[in-house]
Amino acid sequence: MKLFELVESLSLDVKTPGADLTREVTGGYVSDLLSDVIGHAPEGAVWVTLQAHLNIVAVASLKGLAGIILANNRVPEEGTLKKASEMNVPVMTSGLPAFELVGRLYALGLRCR
Amino acid sequence: MTGNSDGVFFLTGKDFANAGSASSNLKGILEKRGIPAEIIRRASIAAFEAEMNVIIYAVAGMMHYTITPETIKVVLQDMGPGIPDIGLAMQEGYSTAPDYIREMGFGSGMGLPNIKRNADKLTINSVVGEGTTVEFVISLERSGR
Repeated sequence: MKLFELVESLSLDVKTPGADLTREVTGGYVSDLLSDVIGHAPEGAVWVTLQAHLNIVAVASLKGLAGIILANNRVPEEGTLKKASEMNVPVMTSGLPAFELVGRLYALGLRCR
Repeated sequence: MTGNSDGVFFLTGKDFANAGSASSNLKGILEKRGIPAEIIRRASIAAFEAEMNVIIYAVAGMMHYTITPETIKVVLQDMGPGIPDIGLAMQEGYSTAPDYIREMGFGSGMGLPNIKRNADKLTINSVVGEGTTVEFVISLERSGR
């Protein structure tokens, strides 16, 4: 599934204009511990988190993640969006709580692998 | 690309704005050399964790890498508080990180274990009050893992 399809079906708010939404999303991961994401998130996954600071961008970039979704209407810090644009990491937000969001991603066929 | 290459990145304690950039740069260098993706994945995890430890705990430090046809060696040397009990620090879940670091999602006590899991060899030397040197090696030969 392409990232833009995901954005559409979950009505995500894309916070990084110009980010590459044509990227293929091949899985999903949810965690607020960065070491957990670094250690276990599969490449190409979309990452659901409540962390909104700019280090999430470095983690996503290093792991080759397809994008970051901030749950529960978390507002990304300004530095996060600047870094995300520089490193071409799409950052999106959703009003849904993480549990709900992950459930919908799973229903769309995404798995953690 | 064959032959040896090496370089160094300088790290500043608490510089969260640039945290992870040394590891990103190293990843780019490994990709340019055409190193297999799975090995780059392991090297990136180990480098990121080691880099974050310097950013979180130390005043400053450096990441030195040496790539040969056989191995990737990364040495992180810091001016930091040192680790009083390395055995304890290696335990998954053990952390001395302050609350604000934990709130950022760091300091979960998975850093050193993550390095160990992804490297073929890990050596830690530390002097309390002076600093810590973390060295890890990843083998590029098939027999490495």
